[in-house]
Amino acid sequence: MIEISHLTKTFDGFTAIDDLSFTVEEGEVLGFLGPNGAGKSTTMKIITGFLGASSGSVTVHGHDIATDPLAVKSLIGYLPEGAPSYPDMTVMEFLEFIAAVRGFSGEEKKRRIAKVVREVELGEVCHKTIDTLSKGFKRRVGLAQAIIHDPKVLILDEPTDGLDPNQKHQVRQLIRDLARDRIVVISTHILEEVSAVCTRAIIIAAGRIVADGTPKELEARSHLFGAVSIQLTQDFDLAAALEGVEEVADIEPSDEERRRFIIIPVPGKQIFSKVLDRVQSEHWPVAEFHLVEGLLEHFFRSVTSQGAASQPGTSRGARASRQSANQQQG
Amino acid sequence: MKNMGIIFKRELAGYFATPLAYVFIVIFLVMSGIFTFDMGGFYVRGQADLMPFFSFHPWLYLFMIPAIAMGLWADERKSGTIELLMTLPVTLSDAVLGKFLAAWALSGVALLLTFPIWITVNYLGDPDNGVIVAAYLGSWLMAGGFLAIGSCMSAMTRNSVIAFILTVAICFVFVASGTEIILNALRWAPQILIDAVAALSFLTHFDSISKGVLDLRDILFFVIFIGSWLFASAIVIEIKKAN
Ligand SMILES: Nc1ncnc2c1ncn2[C@@H]1O[C@H](COP(=O)(O)OP(=O)(O)OP(=O)(O)O)[C@@H](O)[C@H]1O
Ligand SMILES: [Mg+2]
Repeated sequence: MIEISHLTKTFDGFTAIDDLSFTVEEGEVLGFLGPNGAGKSTTMKIITGFLGASSGSVTVHGHDIATDPLAVKSLIGYLPEGAPSYPDMTVMEFLEFIAAVRGFSGEEKKRRIAKVVREVELGEVCHKTIDTLSKGFKRRVGLAQAIIHDPKVLILDEPTDGLDPNQKHQVRQLIRDLARDRIVVISTHILEEVSAVCTRAIIIAAGRIVADGTPKELEARSHLFGAVSIQLTQDFDLAAALEGVEEVADIEPSDEERRRFIIIPVPGKQIFSKVLDRVQSEHWPVAEFHLVEGLLEHFFRSVTSQGAASQPGTSRGARASRQSANQQQG
Repeated sequence: MKNMGIIFKRELAGYFATPLAYVFIVIFLVMSGIFTFDMGGFYVRGQADLMPFFSFHPWLYLFMIPAIAMGLWADERKSGTIELLMTLPVTLSDAVLGKFLAAWALSGVALLLTFPIWITVNYLGDPDNGVIVAAYLGSWLMAGGFLAIGSCMSAMTRNSVIAFILTVAICFVFVASGTEIILNALRWAPQILIDAVAALSFLTHFDSISKGVLDLRDILFFVIFIGSWLFASAIVIEIKKAN
């Protein structure tokens, strides 16, 4: 278990992390999200013992990082931001170094290296100098060194950044496999990844937690939860056509495409099938009709963008929006 | 302790994986040759010893040693690998000592490779080889002193050029404080101060060792000197971590 309590970190008077508290249990895959500069990497650096906290404490399986750093460091596998590794070494030499420091030797060391080389598919670059590897391969080397000792706690700072789609898939699968009886904390800017692998997500902004829950829960908190996206083939008075459907709270024109509208339900209500019924029975000129996707991203934006605090979700009056929908068509 | 050995091995292999070790050794040998045979008046003196060779070492080290020390920590900070190293289960002293010892071993290898000069002097005359062994030991200890300063300076910055300049400057102070010029300039001061300044100089201790006088105090000076600067390196790294 990782227990973080009232963690604060200041750099020359600038507060990067502000009184952060949370715990992570075995079996959890925690997605650590937040805009650039939110303090994700800084938090990870403190958990792994690279930086000291200004105040507050971090314990991993009962060991305090400040007083018993070696015990914590032995438990953790860590991929630092940017996946640094010694550029003059070959991949093999580097992994041997890490394995040796982690206390392996002889057959056991060979076996472990062979295993991670297989798991992150490093076979073809084993004897290349790290310096000459492409960005994605460097990242894979970083991943390999992080998992070589089967760590109880895995902390990965943007593990899939720079990987090709096949590798992304592979690494996500790897994380899911590893997760069983371990703790995995990943930071990422790819929100589908969170829905795909994380059992829990924490969003931080300016060093504070602004949301904490399962990806599903956070999606449900988006004001677009249950909303329907509709693409019309010709001008059509959507507002008039939806008159009398009480569950509809709002109709917003999409800012991405012409004649696409987002129909937003009253919180807690379902509108999909009701609206679909009308589309079919009244023969609306519709090219596309589906639930709004990327809810986590909408939620992320609503809690982390400027002025998010004063305006959680956009809830303009239904009437005003219906009018704007009309105007678009005119 | 085991991890210190692993770090030592990695660092030493690192020197030889890049041209650094070779460039260092070649330049060191060429400079030693020039200083000894050309500028040192090796033949003119008509004496079978290596005084000219060793008396240039402090000045040779002044520029050569900071060049290997400058990257010790600054490069790790710059490339971010320090984050990797310091989050592995190694103690700070393992890391500081392992790195220092690797650099010290490199300087030892360079020093050992000057053996042709030793053979030459034995061929030409009949030197006191005991004195020469003592001088080699003294020279290596002195190299350690320079390196330890370099380790501390390198820990302070992520810029290895700055580390180089700082190291040269501080090493210069510890060499020059034993020269006649400085000691004469201090004539106004109480004797105890002059003695203290002289006692802190590499030159004072190196000179007596290289004359073949293996005084425990001179050896202790270098050992304590190295220990103190390495300790300071660890403190600097610890402070940077908290910052
Ligand atoms: N060594 C440092 N000195 C001063 N400020 C720092 C230092 N390290 C980080 N910061 C600041 O702390 C804040 C948090 O940085 P951090 O790297 O944790 O962000 P992040 O959430 O990982 O962002 P990103 O998504 O861009 O990786 C930033 O404003 C950054 O400028
Ligand atoms: Mg980051």
